[in-house]
Amino acid sequence: MDNGDGKVRIGFYVCHCGTNIAGTVDVASVAKYAAGLPGVAVSRDYKYMCSDPGQDLIGEDIREHGLNRIVVAACSPCLHEATFRTATARAGLNPFFCHLVNIREHASWVHSDRAAATAKVYDLIRAACGRVRHHKALERKRVNVRPEVLVVGGGIAGIQAALTVAESGKKVYLVEREPTIGGHMAMFDKTFPTLDCAACILTPKMSQVKAHPNITLWTYSEVAAVEGFVGNFKVKVRRKPRYVNEEACVGCMECVDACIYKEPKFEDEFNQRLGKRKPVYMSFPQATPKVVQIDPETCLHFKTGKCKQPCIASCSRNAFDFNQEERFEDIDVGAIIVATGFKPFDPARSPKYGYGHFPNVYTSLEVERLVNSAGPTGGEVVMRDGRKPKSVGIVHCVGSRNLQTNRWCSKVCCMYSLKLAHLIKEHTHAEVYNFYIDMRTPGKGYEEFYNQLLEEGVHFIRGKVAEVTDWAMTPEEEGKLVMRVEDTLAGFVRRIPVDMVVLAVGLEPQADAQGVRRMFNISCSSEGFFLERHPKLAPVDTATDGVYLAGACQGPKDIPDSVAQAGAAAAQAMALIDKGYIEMEPNAAFIDSEECSGCKSCIPLCPYTAISFDEVTVKATINEALCKGCGTCVAACPSGSIKQNLFEDVEIFSEIEEVLANA
Amino acid sequence: MPETFEPRIVAFFCNWCTYTAADLAGVSRMRHAPNARIIRLMCSGRVDPQFILEAFARGADGVLIGGCHPNDCHYIEGNYKCLRRFRLLRRMLDDMGVEEKRCRLEWISASEGDKVKRVINEMVEQLKALGPLDLPGRFRDWDKEVAELEHAASAASAPCDCHAHKEEAAHA
Ligand SMILES: Cc1cc2nc3c(=O)[nH]c(=O)nc-3n(C[C@H](O)[C@H](O)[C@H](O)COP(=O)(O)OP(=O)(O)OC[C@H]3O[C@@H](n4cnc5c(N)ncnc54)[C@H](O)[C@@H]3O)c2cc1C
Ligand code: FES
Repeated sequence: MDNGDGKVRIGFYVCHCGTNIAGTVDVASVAKYAAGLPGVAVSRDYKYMCSDPGQDLIGEDIREHGLNRIVVAACSPCLHEATFRTATARAGLNPFFCHLVNIREHASWVHSDRAAATAKVYDLIRAACGRVRHHKALERKRVNVRPEVLVVGGGIAGIQAALTVAESGKKVYLVEREPTIGGHMAMFDKTFPTLDCAACILTPKMSQVKAHPNITLWTYSEVAAVEGFVGNFKVKVRRKPRYVNEEACVGCMECVDACIYKEPKFEDEFNQRLGKRKPVYMSFPQATPKVVQIDPETCLHFKTGKCKQPCIASCSRNAFDFNQEERFEDIDVGAIIVATGFKPFDPARSPKYGYGHFPNVYTSLEVERLVNSAGPTGGEVVMRDGRKPKSVGIVHCVGSRNLQTNRWCSKVCCMYSLKLAHLIKEHTHAEVYNFYIDMRTPGKGYEEFYNQLLEEGVHFIRGKVAEVTDWAMTPEEEGKLVMRVEDTLAGFVRRIPVDMVVLAVGLEPQADAQGVRRMFNISCSSEGFFLERHPKLAPVDTATDGVYLAGACQGPKDIPDSVAQAGAAAAQAMALIDKGYIEMEPNAAFIDSEECSGCKSCIPLCPYTAISFDEVTVKATINEALCKGCGTCVAACPSGSIKQNLFEDVEIFSEIEEVLANA
Repeated sequence: MPETFEPRIVAFFCNWCTYTAADLAGVSRMRHAPNARIIRLMCSGRVDPQFILEAFARGADGVLIGGCHPNDCHYIEGNYKCLRRFRLLRRMLDDMGVEEKRCRLEWISASEGDKVKRVINEMVEQLKALGPLDLPGRFRDWDKEVAELEHAASAASAPCDCHAHKEEAAHA
């Protein structure tokens, strides 16, 4: 579009962004400066360019002044590039003639010296006006989106996301690493603040997942590889052998009774090692799928080959298959929801609390199992020495809000500590002391729950516990664990003897979060939780299109928030699929075959094998459908015959020239 | 070197990690030196060594390249390609007398806004200590020298000491 005279006519707009930009950058003089740059036909400053009147300004000017290039100096292109391109297209100009200059995130927000910030903006807009002259009209290509969704992780977040997507009629693959879905919630007895029974609200959802015709549930499985991109991911799932045919087993547990080991002998991971299980076992009675499995580490057959295998004889359904091997399933999906949850903080990292040293120091998760009627003690709160505690101290913020361990607040510990205080008191009538730094109870009904606990006679002591010790200084302290704490409300140091200590461990990223992140090509924030695309406006999206986040893998969260986020992630995936296609950024590389010397140096560089060699023409060709637009081949081509749309050499060289042209 | 020497840095940042980190520095108001001019590319693999040479030739005192950490490139391995080219280019820059600290490659992930701040501030300090590079000025000097040498060579048909001169020029 050149109005017939071949002249570039640039419309330049600088945004005040309220005072966000105008407070640090002299926008009026920027507009004046731009007016003098070659090719600039219109130059304006405006309070909010992204507002409707701001966008209309661009449209009106295009029509009135015959503009054929648009430069907007405002915020990051990651935020509003699409907005201004659309405004440009609305006025009939190809959207790729529009270029956005980042003068907010990269200038006004990071500098305080007005003159220096303004000078920097001069350089940046010169570069933009330089590059935009070389822009071309481009078309976005459309790619179809597959209608299947992969959900990774079957905690409450993954379950909720899978059910929501499946209910909309789309096919879902739910991949869970453990033998059963349910995640951490399956371990709890009650949930705050309503104290409703966790199993009563969770297990119906778990069975729905299993029964849903649109959900393929693969437990004891992991994602092994992901290729492709939004709309067309190719996923390889590793299915670990459980030595039991899942289709045949109905979970009758006859085999568990028949096992050669008459008594459960091995540490039960699901019960936080507080109970024992046999080599053939089911994690808990409502495990989903309701299928047993064999642990080859402890099974006599696997260890010695000398077991009579009474399990096989006991099974009327012929479900055992001791030759089962690891299998792989290949699936194609359009969208992925990552819901891999959290890991509790390991209190051995804070030795002052004596975890692992004093048997009566427990983690909160262990106590969740103790108060659970399906747990190792049948719901009795008894300590490792068999006694019922008469006094219990609960330490908040273990591992959290601490420079030595994790700096963040784990958000749920105050609330679950209150819950555990209530449950322990209910089960044992013990005196319960809560040691807290700040009481954090924001949420519907949460503060009310705290008040309820105060009325129930639970003791609250504000102060960081300095140490848990068994060194008695008085006869009352004999045989007890003494909690040394500075009571910051009373203003003195106290020693409180208790029978049992509960550590409210914080929430951490999963141990394999870095590997998972790489697999799905997403980022982590500095603590290691997965990074959302925007902290406020895109909380379930990631930087990778088609990959969404749900639950505690994105940051500490309670169940209501995890469920809400799972719904949001499902909605995003469904919106993508219902649209049916995506439009790709037209930044693919292409070859000017006149110039190509046929040297083949580009071919091995492409990670997507998009470049091939045409033996007839003796030149390289790029498959546009496979190219993702990284530009690596462009940088390597010795003859300069590969070009990348939107990032052509001429465009970048003119940026370099212009940012430095102020000398 | 003038008192108020403000180094000029051209920065090539990949869209997915370092550019986003620079955005995060902005959102978190991590104020830093205003000397860098960021040019956005999709991947550090797009950084053609010629971009770097062009920047120096046009008067940059420093060039900063930012990409995703190893293993994290949005395009799988563009950052390795960048590293490879960077290493090669470094040797050439050494020969040209461009000090090591003037050309820097950093892996900065999308969450490391503080690293953007630190690296830019650090680089500005280092470049201030080094003083201006002024490659355009050096080019002029070199051109002048070569012209003089050519002139001398054509004037004198007899063998002369121009070999020594050339050596000097190469080390300038
Ligand atoms: C002691 C304690 C008590 C709590 N009590 C309450 C309460 O009363 N009320 C409340 O609202 N919240 C409570 N919470 C918080 C609650 O646990 C979380 O909000 C909730 O579990 C988050 O659900 P999620 O699905 O995101 O993660 P998780 O429950 O952690 O589930 C993640 C699932 O993903 C699986 N997984 C992980 N990695 C992979 C992988 N790579 N591939 C496949 N699968 C994978 C895991 O095996 C797991 O099944 C409590 C937390 C703790 C620690
Ligand atoms: S995308 Fe960041 S280095 Fe390749």
